[in-house]
Amino acid sequence: MKPVTRIHSRTAVLADENIDTDRIIPARFLTTTTREGLGRVCFNDWRYLPDGSDNPAFPLNRPEAKGCAILVAGRNFGCGSSREHAPWALLDYGIRAVLSSEIADIFRNNALKNGLLAIVVAEAEHHWLLDNPGVDLSIDVREQTITLPGGKAFRFELEPFARHCLLEGVDQLGFLLQHADAITAYEQHLEQAA
Amino acid sequence: MNAPRTLFEKIWDAHVVAPETTDTPAVLYVDLQLVHEVTSPQAFDVLRAQGLKLRRPDRTLATLDHSIPTLPASGNGERPYATPAAKAQVARLETNCREFGIELHGWNSSERGIVHVIGPELGATQPGMTIVCGDSHTSTHGAFGALAFGIGTTEVGHVLATQCLLQRKPKTLAIHVDGELPPGVGAKDLILHIIGRIGVNGGTGHVIEYRGAAIEKLSMEARMTVCNMSIEAGARAGLIAPDDTTFAWLQGRARVPHGAAWDAAVAKWSALKTDAGARYDREVHIDAREVKPTVTYGTHPGMALALDAPVPAARDAIEQRALDYMQAAAGKPMQGTPVDVVFVGSCTNGRLPDLREAAHVLRGRRVAKGVRMLVVPGSEAVRRAAEAEGLHEVFRAAGAEWREPGCSMCIAMNGDMAQPGQLVVSTSNRNFEGRQGKGARTVLASPATAAASAVAGVIADPRAYPQQERAA
Repeated sequence: MKPVTRIHSRTAVLADENIDTDRIIPARFLTTTTREGLGRVCFNDWRYLPDGSDNPAFPLNRPEAKGCAILVAGRNFGCGSSREHAPWALLDYGIRAVLSSEIADIFRNNALKNGLLAIVVAEAEHHWLLDNPGVDLSIDVREQTITLPGGKAFRFELEPFARHCLLEGVDQLGFLLQHADAITAYEQHLEQAA
Repeated sequence: MNAPRTLFEKIWDAHVVAPETTDTPAVLYVDLQLVHEVTSPQAFDVLRAQGLKLRRPDRTLATLDHSIPTLPASGNGERPYATPAAKAQVARLETNCREFGIELHGWNSSERGIVHVIGPELGATQPGMTIVCGDSHTSTHGAFGALAFGIGTTEVGHVLATQCLLQRKPKTLAIHVDGELPPGVGAKDLILHIIGRIGVNGGTGHVIEYRGAAIEKLSMEARMTVCNMSIEAGARAGLIAPDDTTFAWLQGRARVPHGAAWDAAVAKWSALKTDAGARYDREVHIDAREVKPTVTYGTHPGMALALDAPVPAARDAIEQRALDYMQAAAGKPMQGTPVDVVFVGSCTNGRLPDLREAAHVLRGRRVAKGVRMLVVPGSEAVRRAAEAEGLHEVFRAAGAEWREPGCSMCIAMNGDMAQPGQLVVSTSNRNFEGRQGKGARTVLASPATAAASAVAGVIADPRAYPQQERAA
């Protein structure tokens, strides 16, 4: 994973609550065997009309949302299926951070492991961000701050290990493999107990 | 004396390889990883790219379920895959399992089926275990008192390589279900009622333990239905303490211990219960007597209510959008809504008692004109058992399609899907927009309600369709 230290972008807003991973990427696109190229089907059934043209009612299709790397979403974003294809699709689509007042556990875990910042913000800030699309934000992972255009900043919580991995680009599998001896000892203890 | 612990804490503590610190999560040992074709190929690629071996082939078990057709192979053995990509994905799992030495219940296995159906059937799922799979409905296995949860593909790779996961300890939520479920009301009604009460995010960050008189009375299949949908309340996992019902169900299965080792295992498993005085982070009480046949009316499982209760008015634009999508009218009950498709199956309700429940309603009756009904057994073993009792004949005589095992229309990625605008009464677990096909409208229900709705052609109360005498 490449280190992620700072993201600066305008925000785009999807205000719907409970945006599930089926909406982020419908199941029929999960027959892939790679992680790449899923951006073109990200939000597929919301984003395109039946004839394949862009749905003007999909907020991210609006001209002002083009190029936005920070997505502000309604409460409980990423609920449902554990498919990691959801963060892969969002990243490939160009989203680098998702901000919501609540983010589903498995999605958040998957997102952070891929360098997609899944950040829970407080209710008041969430309301403000939902009501003010297109605002320029600067997210600082080291300081755990989100800075608004006027310089006003607020802090967000980030699990310390996830933060460390983002900042240093740590591969978590490598970290786990360092525990090989402890794992072997645990397994020996299991066999003896059996 | 040790401090009293919850069931969750006992299982967690027994699997900590390295404890969590402020800076790092715990390294948690995984007793069993279940693998299927959709969420694993990229994980195997990571192992290959890094030159890593599969640490414990004996703790890894694979099956085909999500992408596979449920229609039979043609005469020349060609299977009707929805797309070449689906076929390639299945071939990839076959190759990966051969290369890494994993037991695969593929096309030639008499035990193939939905991953959360076959784990318990084989006795691979056992009390006190930690079980993971790249599938959110892994919570199903919690019915046996196993800590079981869904993970992403990156973590599938972690477990393949190290048999461990990095995990922060979740919180605990006790759901006490007191009293007794009324006649004609089952586990699916109960779990929809619970999610309707606590919400689709009511369990976020928590492991749920279901307990109380009503839970203790449930069969293992019913407990699996309840635990299966824990994720629909946002929970990491759902648990039920193992008891005599659990042990009786497991005894004699292929992978459980036998003889004296069985007795020793039962003695050990019997300690897997929450100690008196142990504290949960949150507790919720549900009165089982209040539960009625329950269905969903919106676009997530938390929008659930008794099928004869009026759909509540939308509280905001988002809820209104859900009602509009479902073409549901506030103030009117879901009962009586015209039905296009009925689906009985899935890891939620694709086991033998579920199929019996649907067959009891259908025996001697017909699926209404214009309604398409699919019945998809959860596994080859379920199919065999159902056919041995003649349930397939009941379904066919009623006008339903009897398919081969798989996830089918629950996730609708194998070609089994509804058309835009169609209303599906489904025994599956998710009523998200487009889940069962683009524009399809899903109403989640029990097998009995699904079957009654198939007969009536509209959403119907199964209690109005008592079992008819078997034909001589």
